[in-house]
Amino acid sequence: MNITLSITTTIYKFLSEYMSEGAANIGAMVTIALIYLAIFAVAGLYLVLLERKVAAWFQLRIGPNRVGPWGLLQTMADALKLVSKELTGTVKADKFLYNLAPYFVIISSLMALAVFPFTQEFQAFDINIGIFFLIAISSIGVIGILLGGWASNNKFALIGAMRSGVQTISYELSVGLSLVTMVLLTGTLQLSEIIEVQKNGWLIIQGHFPAIIAFMIYMIAGTAETNRAPFDMVEAESELGAGFHTEYSGMKFAYFFLAEFINMFIIAAIAATIFFGGWLSPFGITESIPWLGIFWFLGKTFVLVFLMMWFRWTFPRLRVDQLLTLEWKYLLPLNLLNIVLMALIVWLGLTIQL
Amino acid sequence: MSYFGDIYKGIKTLLAGMSVTGKVFLNNKNNTITQQYPDNRETLKMFDRFRGEVVMPHDENNEHSCTGCQKCEIACPNGSIEIIWDRQVDPETGKKKKMIDQHIYHLGMCTMCGLCIEACPTDAILWAQNYENSVYDRSALTKVLNQPGSKIMPGVED
Ligand code: SF4
Ligand code: SF4
Repeated sequence: MNITLSITTTIYKFLSEYMSEGAANIGAMVTIALIYLAIFAVAGLYLVLLERKVAAWFQLRIGPNRVGPWGLLQTMADALKLVSKELTGTVKADKFLYNLAPYFVIISSLMALAVFPFTQEFQAFDINIGIFFLIAISSIGVIGILLGGWASNNKFALIGAMRSGVQTISYELSVGLSLVTMVLLTGTLQLSEIIEVQKNGWLIIQGHFPAIIAFMIYMIAGTAETNRAPFDMVEAESELGAGFHTEYSGMKFAYFFLAEFINMFIIAAIAATIFFGGWLSPFGITESIPWLGIFWFLGKTFVLVFLMMWFRWTFPRLRVDQLLTLEWKYLLPLNLLNIVLMALIVWLGLTIQL
Repeated sequence: MSYFGDIYKGIKTLLAGMSVTGKVFLNNKNNTITQQYPDNRETLKMFDRFRGEVVMPHDENNEHSCTGCQKCEIACPNGSIEIIWDRQVDPETGKKKKMIDQHIYHLGMCTMCGLCIEACPTDAILWAQNYENSVYDRSALTKVLNQPGSKIMPGVED
């Protein structure tokens, strides 16, 4: 068996036997996009199921267990229901923006998936500004949320959207700076090379003390970025109904919902790639079997996803002022200090190389 | 410095909270409180504090401890209890005394407040733990709590 895992080139080569170079290029891109879409639509649904199960276990409940064995088809059934539902809208909504918003949110979160190295060479799009691209793309989603809140012409939705704007703009800084801290160690923004660097020990070990601080700040800020509890003021049910997506129904609502879970996956996947060595196995135990990297990557990601779910079902929601205090008075100054510390450590060569 | 002290305290309390929920998560298999009714209808047992309906327990001699004092009837805010009583001759002492004929309880009007049970001086009525109370005709919700032919337990009134 000789399957190369670099899917882009494989498909490109396959297609270029039949058509011209340009067409093959576009064909390869479209094929990969469709494959990713299909996989992550289903993966997103299963993340929702996982969330519900984990929530149930935290609350001493059983969770969905009626549709399919152990409730495995529950979210599929929910998605079917949402597809078949009527798309309602408000009369005074700005129709164009109102319809555009869900696509902004879902497309920006799906785009970010393109650059992840799931295992050696299994990466759709290996650009040299990988992390930069991720940070940039993941903050575009908030435009969709703002548009949705604004265009629904509903006060609650608008308040929710504005809170989301405040939150994302503030916490974007912390996410960026904590990743920059790690980039000081790697010296590159390209995700595949960042993993290459970690062959001498995962970055959280290489960077030891400042890396752990950066990881904690990243996880806090990342949770805030995805608008999840305890930072879910955007859709604080008790205050705002459903927040920015109050006026959405059916599949448009499902896009917002799915985007939230894919974003959670993305935040966890970035953390797994940058801090925990992505597809690298611990101590290189499965180095000879490259495709096992997928399991390591997904395993690490899901541990971190679980961590975020753990946050969600433990901590109460913050107030807006507490949220901003946490970011501007604590996370940001600590982050800046941490960068200096990391720079010193890299400069003096105090990193731990296994 | 209180700034770093605050951060330390913050992290410590967050971790304390997470350890609590983490323990609950790990122990969940043994402590799940969800009841998969009606799958487990045979084995499902309600907890002691559950208020199903008001019943009057009788012992093996078909004797209850209701004296017919009507305190429960007066205590009930909804008028769910009606006591039909008359004076009969007590066969042992030969004196006339108040005895219940029927202790009527309208389950359909009861709000499960428990005031009647608190008011009863002889603990003649109690909460039952049954919960499947739906019927097709509401007249079935009007119950006579004392069984036919029952009489008061000797010694209750002393
Ligand atoms: S529980 Fe309350 S409402 Fe029901 S019969 Fe007793 S006093 Fe009346
Ligand atoms: S049930 Fe209790 S309170 Fe009611 S009449 Fe009988 S003894 Fe009195």
